[in-house]
Formats: sequence, C-alpha cells, structure tokens
Amino acid sequence: MINKQCPSAAEAVADIADGSVVMIGGFGASGSPIELIHALIDQGAKDLTLINNNTGNGEVGLAALIANGQVSKMICSFPRSSQSKVFPALYRAGKIELELVPQGTLAERIRAAGSGIPAFFTPTTVGTVLATGKETREFDGRTYVMEPWLPADYALIKCEVADPMGNLTFNKTARNFSPIMCMAATTTIVQTRAMVAAGDIDPEHVVTPGIFVNRVVDVPHPIHEDSLIAEGAKYP
Amino acid sequence: MSAGWTREQMAARAAQDIPDGSYVNLGIGIPELVTQFVPEGREFIYHTENGLLGMGPPPAEDEIDLDLMNAGKKYVTALPGAAYFHHADSFSMIRGGHIDVCVLGTMQVAANGDIANWSTGAPDAIPAVGGAMDLVQGVKRIFVITQHTTKTGEPKLVEKCSYPLTGPGVVSRIFSNLAVVDVTPNGFKVVELAPGITFEEVEKCTGAAILPPE
Repeated sequence: MINKQCPSAAEAVADIADGSVVMIGGFGASGSPIELIHALIDQGAKDLTLINNNTGNGEVGLAALIANGQVSKMICSFPRSSQSKVFPALYRAGKIELELVPQGTLAERIRAAGSGIPAFFTPTTVGTVLATGKETREFDGRTYVMEPWLPADYALIKCEVADPMGNLTFNKTARNFSPIMCMAATTTIVQTRAMVAAGDIDPEHVVTPGIFVNRVVDVPHPIHEDSLIAEGAKYP
Repeated sequence: MSAGWTREQMAARAAQDIPDGSYVNLGIGIPELVTQFVPEGREFIYHTENGLLGMGPPPAEDEIDLDLMNAGKKYVTALPGAAYFHHADSFSMIRGGHIDVCVLGTMQVAANGDIANWSTGAPDAIPAVGGAMDLVQGVKRIFVITQHTTKTGEPKLVEKCSYPLTGPGVVSRIFSNLAVVDVTPNGFKVVELAPGITFEEVEKCTGAAILPPE
C-alpha cells in the first residue's frame, strides 16, 4: 500500500538543493507551513527562488528564511505589510530580487503549471506598467496579456488532515494557494495537523488528491505564525 | 467640516446602489464600512480574495480563528452558506466576471475611468499590487469610495492619472464626500450632490471637466 509519510520535517526537506525554486503555501500567516520552513532554515539550502503571496512577517517562518540569507529572489504579489521588515530592508539594499505578479495572475500561473498549460492570456495588467514588454493579443475585441506558467521544484504546504496516499483537506482560509502549489511543484512536501488512515477522508471531501503530493509529515501541534509574532519570537 | 458626507455616509450611499443578491468584493478602508449599511430588505454576499464567499463580520475577541481571515489579513467569520476555495478558483470568480460589484478606495481616478490605486511610483517604494489589477479588470462594476481631494487639497478626480495605473477605463461610479459622480463617455458627471454642497464647490475640487447633475 502506498505510504507517503515521512518521519520528520528535517528528512522531508533534506534534498532541497541550492538554487531550487520553492513554493510556500499560505496567505500572510494563514496556512504558512512554519515547521517545514524552519526545517529548511536548519537545512541551509541557499540561492533559493521563493514563490508566496507575501514575504513573511516578524522574524519567523518565511521572513526568517529570507533573513537567513537563503533567498535570492521572491515571486509574490504583495511584498510588504505592517509586520514585514526583513524583505523591504534587503530589497532597498539591492540584496534580493523581486518579481511582482498580480495575485490572480500568480494563482493562475501556478495552476497552469500544474495543469500542463505553458501560457495563458489574461486582461489583468493591460494598460499598466506591469504589462511592459509582454506579448498581447486581442480576443473578441478585448486586449489580453500573455502570462507564462510558473512551475517549481518543491512546494512546502500545510494542511489539516492527510492520509498516507497524500489526499489532503485544509482548514478554512488557510487553504489559499496550497492546492494549486501541490499541483505545480515537482516534489510536494506537506505537513499535516492530523494523519488518518486511507479511507478515513471521505473521497467526496478530498480537496487535494494524493497524486499531487509526494511526502507527508505528521505535525500534530503546528505553530501558527500569528502566535509566534504575538510573542515576538525569532528563528533560529 | 460641516457640509458633505462622512466616511460612513459615503459607504451608506454606495450601498444604496448595490442590487439585492449581489456578490460583492470590498477593498480595504472606507469600502469595508459598506457591510454596516446594507439597505433594508437586501442581502449582499461578500467575497474575499483569499478563498471565502459568505464572509461575515469580525469575530468577538474570544472567538477568533487564526485560519479565518480576509484579504486585508483581518480576522473574520463565515456566515451560514459560506464556501471556502483555493486561490485559482477565487480569481476565476473575479476574472471570470462572476463578482457583481467591487468597491475600492483610490489615489486617483481619471475622467475616462482610469484608476490608480496601487503605487505612487516613487523610486524607493516597495511595489505591491495584490489583487487590485485582477479586480478592476474582472469585476462587472467598479465603484470607488474616496475623499474628493487629498489631505493637502489636491484633486483625486483628475483629467489623467499621474500615478501608475491599476487599470484603464474601468471605474463606473465614484462616491466622494462631496458628490456621487459617474464616469460617462463625456467624462465626469455629477449624479447627486451631498447635503449642503453646491455643484460649483465640486467643480472647484475636481481636476477635470465635470458635468452638472440633470
């Protein structure tokens, strides 16, 4: 019987090489796979390109990974917030590259990569500076911008319930980018709050089918980024 | 200021123009106040980009769920009949024309409906666009709630936006503290004046030609 369980977060992220493109699920703090990110900090891979909607908060999780000097490029839609200090400082110092992508285009580029669609046309950014240099085409009298797919080597994902087949469910708005990132990465690594037996998730309720998942780590008491921020935590 | 509409009154006035049963996406700031002024007998269903339809009001302090937030990263609730979904589905709702009304704040709106609300274009600014460009291109009707002028008195309704555009020719109606203004093929046109406000005052605060109400 298929078993995608991996004994620890450290083993799950061990083969992420320098220069990898890594998707990280989550929208702000919600859905951020803190334990997997901290394992990647311990592991130390460098020159990473990260894909996330934001750039992390405080000095934990995604922000800590950036602060640790492991990230050379961010692909995101909203790289600043009231609690995001690490990325803005590095960006202003010219020490990190930014590819700014509108949120819906980011989601669709990820979905397209997972679906084997190398490019698509969207009205988003037409007539703006973010369309500069991009191919446009008219369909039924309206102009659209061509956007390429956005694949990744790895995805780090937090889910609510998983089974050994890799079937996943998520919790409320912590779902956000995670299901499409599972589809778009060559190797998808998931941390789950609850591990159940195959068959315990009703097939009608599976959100991400196991075919999109490679490794599942049981993290029964995940730390929420918001809780770490509230206590002023810093990693490592 | 004695004359004109308050923030709450602007939101209430905008809510009057949203039909019953509309799927609505609200921007951060004054647009969020729209939820407090839904006209009697109407129901709006709120969409938030991060994967929730049927968003409800903020929770009580002891009922906060860290995994239930809106696109502004504020904690919210889910009403009976709500649905969660992933980001690609969420923006299919937007880009696919399934959301009826989007109410946004802005830095500038031009007489041809161009909107600039994501960046000042300042060289030291960290550019951040979020879902703004998807919303203005995808949602059926784009409403703007804004003060008529900036804090320093500069017009926000202008002939041509000086800030980088979020989208060209997308705004249909503006609710300012002075008036309700439509974007028409002939430029700005006042639909309704706020109490105690004259057309001449609106004209003086507007950075483009503006037509009087009929």
